[in-house]
Amino acid sequence: MNRAGPDDLPNALPRPPGEEEKLKRVWATPRGWRILSAVNNTVVGVAYLGFAFLFFLLAGVVALVMRTQLAVPGNDVVGQDLYNQLFTMHGTTMMFLFAVPAMEALGVLLLPQMLAARDLPFPRLSAFAIWAYVIGGLVFFSTIFYGLAPKGGWFMYPPLTLTEYSPGDNADFWLLGIGFIEISAIAGAIEIVVGTLRTRPPGMSLTKMPIFAWAMLIFAAMIMFAFPAVILATMLLEIERAFGWPFFSAEKGGDPLLWQHLFWFFGHPEVYIIFLPAAGLVSMIVPAMARRPLIGYRLIVVALIGTGFFSFGLWVHHMFATGLPALSLAFFSAVSMAVAIPSGIQVFSWIATIAASEGRFRITTPSLFVLGFLAIFTLGGLTGVMVALVPVDLQVHDTYFVVAHFHYVLIGGMVFPLFATFYYWAPMVSRRRLSETLGRITFWLMFIGFNVAFLPMHLTGLRGMPRRVWTYPGDVGWDMLNMISTVGAFILAAGVLVFIVDLLRNFRPTAGGGGAGDPWGAGTLEWLPGDVYAARSIPLVRSREPLWDQPNLAREVEEGRHFLPNAPTGGRETLVCSPVEAKPEYVLQMPGPGWSHVLAAIFMAGFFLLLTVKLVVPAVLSGIACIIACIWWGWSLDPGPVKGDVPIGAGIVLPTYVSGPRSHAWWAMIVLVFVATSLYIAYVFSYLYLWVVSPDAWSPHGAPALPPATWPLASGALVAAGAAAMLLAGRRLPAPGRPSATAPLLLAFAALAMTGAVVLEVLGHWYSGLRPGQNAYAAATYMASVLNVQVGIAVVLLAGYAIARSLVGCLDAVRRVNFDNCAILYPYGAVQILLSLLLVHGFPRMAG
Amino acid sequence: MARPARVLACTCSSAMLPLAGCAGIQSALVPKGGEALDIDPLFWTSAGVAMAVMAMVTILVAVALRGPVRWRQVLSREWFLTGGGIVLPIVVLTFLLVYGFLVMQAGATRMSAAGEHVVTVTGKRWWWRVVYRTPEGREVESANELRLPVGRKVMVRLLSDDVIHSFWVPQLAGKLDMIPGRINVLTLEAAEPGISRGQCAEYCGGAHALMAFHVVAMPAAEYDAWLAREAMPARVPASAEEERGAALFTANGCGACHTIAGTRAQGRLGPDLTHVGSRRSIGAATLPNDAAAFARWIAENDHIKPENLMPPYRNLAPDELRALGAFLDLLE
Repeated sequence: MNRAGPDDLPNALPRPPGEEEKLKRVWATPRGWRILSAVNNTVVGVAYLGFAFLFFLLAGVVALVMRTQLAVPGNDVVGQDLYNQLFTMHGTTMMFLFAVPAMEALGVLLLPQMLAARDLPFPRLSAFAIWAYVIGGLVFFSTIFYGLAPKGGWFMYPPLTLTEYSPGDNADFWLLGIGFIEISAIAGAIEIVVGTLRTRPPGMSLTKMPIFAWAMLIFAAMIMFAFPAVILATMLLEIERAFGWPFFSAEKGGDPLLWQHLFWFFGHPEVYIIFLPAAGLVSMIVPAMARRPLIGYRLIVVALIGTGFFSFGLWVHHMFATGLPALSLAFFSAVSMAVAIPSGIQVFSWIATIAASEGRFRITTPSLFVLGFLAIFTLGGLTGVMVALVPVDLQVHDTYFVVAHFHYVLIGGMVFPLFATFYYWAPMVSRRRLSETLGRITFWLMFIGFNVAFLPMHLTGLRGMPRRVWTYPGDVGWDMLNMISTVGAFILAAGVLVFIVDLLRNFRPTAGGGGAGDPWGAGTLEWLPGDVYAARSIPLVRSREPLWDQPNLAREVEEGRHFLPNAPTGGRETLVCSPVEAKPEYVLQMPGPGWSHVLAAIFMAGFFLLLTVKLVVPAVLSGIACIIACIWWGWSLDPGPVKGDVPIGAGIVLPTYVSGPRSHAWWAMIVLVFVATSLYIAYVFSYLYLWVVSPDAWSPHGAPALPPATWPLASGALVAAGAAAMLLAGRRLPAPGRPSATAPLLLAFAALAMTGAVVLEVLGHWYSGLRPGQNAYAAATYMASVLNVQVGIAVVLLAGYAIARSLVGCLDAVRRVNFDNCAILYPYGAVQILLSLLLVHGFPRMAG
Repeated sequence: MARPARVLACTCSSAMLPLAGCAGIQSALVPKGGEALDIDPLFWTSAGVAMAVMAMVTILVAVALRGPVRWRQVLSREWFLTGGGIVLPIVVLTFLLVYGFLVMQAGATRMSAAGEHVVTVTGKRWWWRVVYRTPEGREVESANELRLPVGRKVMVRLLSDDVIHSFWVPQLAGKLDMIPGRINVLTLEAAEPGISRGQCAEYCGGAHALMAFHVVAMPAAEYDAWLAREAMPARVPASAEEERGAALFTANGCGACHTIAGTRAQGRLGPDLTHVGSRRSIGAATLPNDAAAFARWIAENDHIKPENLMPPYRNLAPDELRALGAFLDLLE
């Protein structure tokens, strides 16, 4: 390897006096209660992970109550209604409040350190997502204490969850809880995509990126495509519950299976959304314990991408028993089996790396949890192959066999790697390591307890015990097996208890940066010495394990000899590089601690909560307060090029302000457009699906004739004119310091045009006599407008914001990020509206 | 809330299962007909493959951890990775997939051969409406129990008009959902006489756990005779107590929800009671079928099966309940 000599380093010694002190000052974490305003990724990351773990404990306690109830047949520890709430809360909390947030938390906590970035590109966005999640999650979980918890099962199938069969607010609280997670997941996805692609250190091309970063990148991409399906599903369900638009009611042309398609199109990738980051963590720990690079790095990257890809093609394997045609079952059966191959690649690659250890593979607490993961996850994968066989699934679907299967996959595939992570990465954020002794006790209790609890469940299910039953007869051969499972569950819980003791005794988080050092001799950048500012300087990376291949790297980085050893703009900043080759492009100025995003999260939570309990006026007030807080939050984020260009070392001088496709904001908007596109595609699928199910409901047979073509033509012309105005506005932005009314006027016209287009479309259908509650066709038709209104509101807010910025002279041809955000969303919205018109007005004419 | 102890009815006949007792009555591992018999070998094959692969991975990990250096070198070669991670899974999975398709094909063939004997089962909250079609085309209604003629293929049409349920008799076939707005068809074929237990497998809210039923497979000739009897109107009360029970049944408005063929009780909301006394259980396999259980059910069904849609009749005196129980028990 061509190793750089000392003279090749970007910055020379000695460093100017006061440089490090200034960095510390700039990155200081607020003290005392003000820590709530903190945004440093290490601080909010630990808090995020802490809350996810709290929800793990809460849902775990719920599980113990259920296991106690099931210990003996005919038991009366909890009654039917409470039990139905308990299993719904257990599943929902584990999936939505623990597993996904825990993985996002690890992204927030570990990614910047692995990439030697000073923070994630949108520090307040991740803090906002965390606060929204914490408030929403706690309120949601507390419903169990006053009998308001949802009781429709974690996948909430209608018609059971429609108002007719689930009156009361219970189901609405589920939809609310999920709403928060959807928002924070999407915020996290934006953060992670932009973070992994743009804030890697110079020289860390994609092929040198740590596997965990790859896994998180794919994780984020999967969220972008999977979550919109459940967002749409929850919107449809809440709209049907609140306003009676019949998407799922068979008697009005809806179909309960539409929910299942949408939910599992999200729900199955969700399992891999949880598993991929965990596999990424294992791929980091195994090489460290083997003291040699991972064997098959490229193959593993391909496997991760393949898993992400396949996972979108097997949602129907949750629906094998719904009576779908055999041909489609065969297709989904084949894909469900194919997804085992990427997992096989990873398992064999880990075995190969273990075998190739320098000396012997070190058995530490993290490696024990990794080995436990290998055993449990492999078995879970194998039973997964079994249930992918349609006939076998018809027997074991919705029984304890499947309960056993997915706990092997999820506890094996996610919880064990997470505990490995706790023990492995604790020294990075804690002044003290966790105890190896207590760690081993934790592992053995958890491993034994887990298998005692869940291995017998395979048999319980085969003997006919369905899941989600709160009681069972004593003479059908399930009693002994259930008793064993209950004992195992308590052993598992004892293991978790020992871990908590360990945490209390030894976990001492430092307020951002500088932990107990690198106890494992690992090769990746998160083990660089650091402080609140993360690494002292951002290293030039030449390999996948820089700490192994560049022996002096830690010292050089700490001395400030690599890039950006200072704070040239006087504020927080990190280096943004090109997405593939990682060539330095600009210095990103980042916001520090603040309250605006905290308030935005509180008021957003208030909005949804108040709406759930039907307090509409306070809800609207809270919503307005949320928007004001967001404007306050955003106001400082487009500073303009006031700081000029700054040197970062090695003679490289970079701008501190960019706009357009090179800027991180542009990338975030593009991610958002992808999310909106997926949401819209899910809608188009739903529209066409409902037509396939009930063609008779469609206009002109089952509903009033469509409005005359002049309506959609006028609507389309309006939005096209708006798009043209937007384009023109982009060219007419004034030069800095020379205000002009042209651009704001064009923006205002564009916003009004889109509003007009959306309103016209709704009016047209209203005057034709169509009412959304009439049948599935009407509901699907108006739903297009709901999505268009959603984009329209976002466009109007962004345009209004840009107009306000330009009126106070903060928007011009150079300082234009606020305008660009609107200019990205607008054409997307225009295209969506035009496609809606084509679908809603064209399709029935064509099909009718 | 204090609740009397529940006795979930299993009611298998010890004469038919002399050794196993009731264990196995709902087990997919003790197949007794049609689809379940086809799935069984596929299940065991896939389970065998899974156990073999599990053993292989365990051994490989052990070798990777502590094996001789030379073996470990083999394990870290590129061909090991591609062989174990790609080639092996493709071969094994293709084999299983093809086998699975063959079993599915067998199911499709069985379905096309059925058609003459039709039973319609409708999932209700939280019980089963069962309607037989006699060879003459008459409809005969029953509930919470399905009788099958041994050796004949029976087409079971599965419906629901409230929420989604799933019809599952593990000893006879895999499960199939009952979905509002759709008709799913399952072919059942009992290979031997006997009693089997089925249960709703799709969570349907409230008393989902207490929504089970029995399947009674009987020799074809016996079945035909039984169906002919089932098509007849209910027995008339003989004793004074039964008479009193019948009068109470009418007086308390039971007929608004229940049908007893041959009487003025023609309600459609609850299970048909014309021959309720001949069934193996009441409350969808929640209680055994006898006069005392009927009395208990009428008075406190909200404790026995919470949230079920029948109101409890606590206003009735013990002797009135006894009379009602005697009357219902008579309806064989």
